[in-house]
Amino acid sequence: MSGKPRLGVFKFASCDGCQLSLLAAEDQLLGVADTVEIAYFLEATSRIQPGPYDIALIEGSITTQHDVERIKQIRADTHFLVTIGACATSGGIQALRNWSDCDEFVSSVYATPDYISTLATSTAIADHVKVDFELRGCPINQYQLIEVIQSVLAGRRPRTPVHSVCLDCKRRGTVCVMVAQGTACLGPVTQAGCNAICPEYNRGCYGCFGPAAQPNLVSLTDQFSANGMPREQIVNNLRSFNGNSPEFRVESDRIQAEQDGEQ
Amino acid sequence: MTLKEENHSEENLPATPHHEVFVAIDGFALLFDVLKSSGFQIVGPTIDQDAIVYDQIDSVDDLPKGWTDVQKPGLYRLNQRNDDKLFGYNVGPHSWKKYLFPPNVALSIGKKNEDGWEFQEAPDDPPKLAFLGVRACELAAIRIQDRVFVGGDYVDSTYQKRRQRILIIAVNCTQAAETCFCTSMDTGPRCTDGFDLALTELDDGFLVEASTPEGKAIVDQLITLEVTRKQQQSAELARQNAVDQIKKRMDTTEIRDLLMSNLEHARWDEVASRCLSCTNCTMVCPTCFCSSVEEVSDLAGENVERRRQWDSCFNLEFSYMNGGVVRDSTRSRYRQWMTHKLATWIDQFGTSGCVGCGRCISWCPVGIDLTEEVAAIRKDAP
Ligand code: SF4
Ligand code: SF4
Ligand code: SF4
Ligand code: SF4
Repeated sequence: MSGKPRLGVFKFASCDGCQLSLLAAEDQLLGVADTVEIAYFLEATSRIQPGPYDIALIEGSITTQHDVERIKQIRADTHFLVTIGACATSGGIQALRNWSDCDEFVSSVYATPDYISTLATSTAIADHVKVDFELRGCPINQYQLIEVIQSVLAGRRPRTPVHSVCLDCKRRGTVCVMVAQGTACLGPVTQAGCNAICPEYNRGCYGCFGPAAQPNLVSLTDQFSANGMPREQIVNNLRSFNGNSPEFRVESDRIQAEQDGEQ
Repeated sequence: MTLKEENHSEENLPATPHHEVFVAIDGFALLFDVLKSSGFQIVGPTIDQDAIVYDQIDSVDDLPKGWTDVQKPGLYRLNQRNDDKLFGYNVGPHSWKKYLFPPNVALSIGKKNEDGWEFQEAPDDPPKLAFLGVRACELAAIRIQDRVFVGGDYVDSTYQKRRQRILIIAVNCTQAAETCFCTSMDTGPRCTDGFDLALTELDDGFLVEASTPEGKAIVDQLITLEVTRKQQQSAELARQNAVDQIKKRMDTTEIRDLLMSNLEHARWDEVASRCLSCTNCTMVCPTCFCSSVEEVSDLAGENVERRRQWDSCFNLEFSYMNGGVVRDSTRSRYRQWMTHKLATWIDQFGTSGCVGCGRCISWCPVGIDLTEEVAAIRKDAP
């Protein structure tokens, strides 16, 4: 990289929450701002500069044909491409459409369905182009984001743990809601990154950071069943922000098939 | 460590290791004042998030009066008692290790200046803590961690500093949870040593036993009575009740060789199909001591801190070495945990790594019970 590395931040189908986390990291961001040139970041500045970009941060999933073409162009213009958030990394909550009839949604929501041009699925960026690093979370953790940017600039591997939420839950002394309250919690199969905030507030983990390394979904959902949770609800639990991530998807499909088989 | 006491008069009493006195329940609050005026912060049992946890406590009112716990593999529930006992429960999700071996601590710091880098130990001035309510299995766990952290050639100063500043007030269990198996591990339920004071709770007060000069100095400031024969008998009965309630067993005969000669047993695959590799068992275990160390810097890279955090053999990345991960399957991680805890720990430290507290059984989200795993392997042994 000669001169200041050029950073681009691009948005696809998403709620902008991850970009907002980036902006919310103001203090740290100011430090980074000196070391990079922000070449494209519509959420922060309307000054747009064309590629090539040294680092691109991609928020959002691919839901239209136009998205497919745009991400290919960004990839061609970018040296190191990082996806940020559940949408970009697994398809996001909007990937619920993957299990439904999208045309039906369109015709019931829009007055003039003909104006809508969309794909039947919401998919991860990595399903379309090569991704150099995936930063998980719904939304992302701003400290992890700074860590990724810093490490890319320094040419080292980012330190973002792949262990379960449980490890952080215990490190902070939270009482396990699964054991003490019988609340279904996805923490044991979910990657850390949020510092286990939900159990601290007596709620089960929603799986915002996607599957942990080598997750054992079957054992956990068996336990949910043993604790009295109906299959339908287990499927709904798995199909949320990261429902389309391969491990969660395979498991929710397996349980759904079991249920369908019984009917 | 035993105190020389002048002969206590009552005869025909069951032998107790140390001189005992009686403190009436209305005099118990005074203990808190005495501890505070002796410069201690008190940590002990209190209710939070539907469990009895260990936290800073200020008065008798913070204790879980009238509460108990029900425990099974993968399950913990609070229940109301039909009396006002303050210590009528068994061990919960926390252990005292969080105070002696903190989950996250700064070890050293580095600062950049004109001449280069300046390194120093992180400032560390832990408070004097009084542990109130330590059970026999927990005394054994502290003994094990003492051996690990300060008993060898390399002394862990973070642990040592904290350890030197605690006062241990133990409580004899008068009941046991379904997950308790201290009798199999020879660690309880009776507190025999390793404490400054030990209490046995009766309906109207406590029998208090001091085993160190520090403990004696505290008792001397309380309002005490001679122990009556009847109180002595009730205390014996209450303590026996805990022994009688312990139903869980682990056969430890030749356990080291049993496990080490069965490293390819099919049971490891079976348990791996249930295990989530979530780390909970190691986090709640009062003897597990693994940690990882990392450097954290500010953005400018001018202030660096070396921090140590609890870590676990169930964490995939924990066995990462140059080139890859050594224990790349849940089977290998579960086997590592159990063979270390129950077998190679003996080679390493001359004791089992398990004190039979049952925490790993209750707090495993899918209720894996190590005593059952051992039994399953033993069943096939010749
Ligand atoms: S509350 Fe959830 S994240 Fe925390 S230890 Fe229990 S299962 Fe794991
Ligand atoms: S294992 Fe024994 S000493 Fe520990 S809490 Fe249970 S009965 Fe008490
Ligand atoms: S034995 Fe239980 S607590 Fe331990 S890692 Fe496996 S699932 Fe988690
Ligand atoms: S292995 Fe389990 S029963 Fe044994 S000391 Fe650790 S947590 Fe307690």
